Amino acid sequence: MRFLDFFRNNRKTTATVAKERLQIIVARERTTRNGPDYLPMMKEELLLVVRKYIQVEDGAVKVQLDKEGDCEVLELNITLPDEPTASS
Amino acid sequence: MAEVIVITSGKGGVGKTTTSAAIGTGLAMRGYKTVVIDFDVGLRNLDLIMGCERRVVYDFVNVIRNEANLNQSLIRDKRVEDLFILPASQTRDKDTLDIEGVERVINQLAESFDYIVCDSPAGIERGAFMAMYFADQAVVVTNPEVSSVRDSDRILGLLASKTRRAEEGREPVKEHLLLTRYEPARVEKGEMLSVDDVKEILAIPLLGVIPESKDVLQASNAGSPIILASESDAGQAYEDAVSRLLGEDLVHRFVEVEKKGFFNKFRLFRS
Ligand SMILES: Nc1ncnc2c1ncn2[C@@H]1O[C@H](COP(=O)(O)OP(=O)(O)OP(=O)(O)O)[C@@H](O)[C@H]1O
Ligand SMILES: [Mg+2]
Repeated sequence: MRFLDFFRNNRKTTATVAKERLQIIVARERTTRNGPDYLPMMKEELLLVVRKYIQVEDGAVKVQLDKEGDCEVLELNITLPDEPTASS
Repeated sequence: MAEVIVITSGKGGVGKTTTSAAIGTGLAMRGYKTVVIDFDVGLRNLDLIMGCERRVVYDFVNVIRNEANLNQSLIRDKRVEDLFILPASQTRDKDTLDIEGVERVINQLAESFDYIVCDSPAGIERGAFMAMYFADQAVVVTNPEVSSVRDSDRILGLLASKTRRAEEGREPVKEHLLLTRYEPARVEKGEMLSVDDVKEILAIPLLGVIPESKDVLQASNAGSPIILASESDAGQAYEDAVSRLLGEDLVHRFVEVEKKGFFNKFRLFRS
């Protein structure tokens, strides 16, 4: 058993993989959690619009709905690549 | 004033009904007048797990529709004093529960009970929403498995936004994590998420860890809540969970692989 464990330790256990996958998906779902249902779709469409002009990565558009007092604020964050390249 | 506790999970088949029966029975055994309500309209099962299926005459929906009063519908447990069951309706469609009706029944129960335990159906639809809406506390039943953990996180989101406490801006629903069907031996091998993994991801206080146990099926065969099997590790784990729910601070048992030492063998001979 010990002997086998030695080899196994070099690889990630499936439990570790499960934990990492969960951390990522849960974090992502939490950001859109309390917003209206259209938020994820709006985000996808915004990404398409941005990409007409700038080639950004998949996760580049971040949409967040916050409350400031009685006021709801829709925060839009677009991370631009280091050297913006215009796509034709 | 009664305390309303919802047993919920998102994912189906993780042990909500088993837990509702165990915790409800445990609270009543400690002397608290307790009622367990089955919210799983159309898929009534709590009655079977609690062994009172043949005594169901009227159900939750009958009470909501004023076709029967509460006294006619509540089933008094034959083993434990102060324990009552309000069964779900078996035949009608799910949309028969309405929030005003549920509120009326819960308010009426709150006049005479200490604890109202709500066994939620699976999913994040209407039934689950009804079961959690009036909750003061929530036991989030989770299996150490990716889809169950993810669904539990979604349920936590709903508890924080779609309950009466949330809508009225009162103190939030008190959340508890109950990890069930846990297998320490598989965790040790790296085949299963550990208690700490799940705690870290969901980030809510741990109420208990219920080990995977063959006794649970036997208890359901017999229609006797697992907490009554006091020699069973799962039964004991539920006992601990009830104690913690009542504010006791106990160390978590059944989270490590049991060492097959001399004393364990000795215990086997004695029991
Ligand atoms: N600790 C445990 N060890 C072994 N089996 C268990 C354990 N807890 C629950 N089970 C089994 O898991 C199955 C599902 O349990 P249960 O009916 O309580 O789940 P549920 O969440 O209420 O399901 P549903 O979503 O359909 O209402 C049952 O067969 C039960 O015996
Ligand atoms: Mg159930």
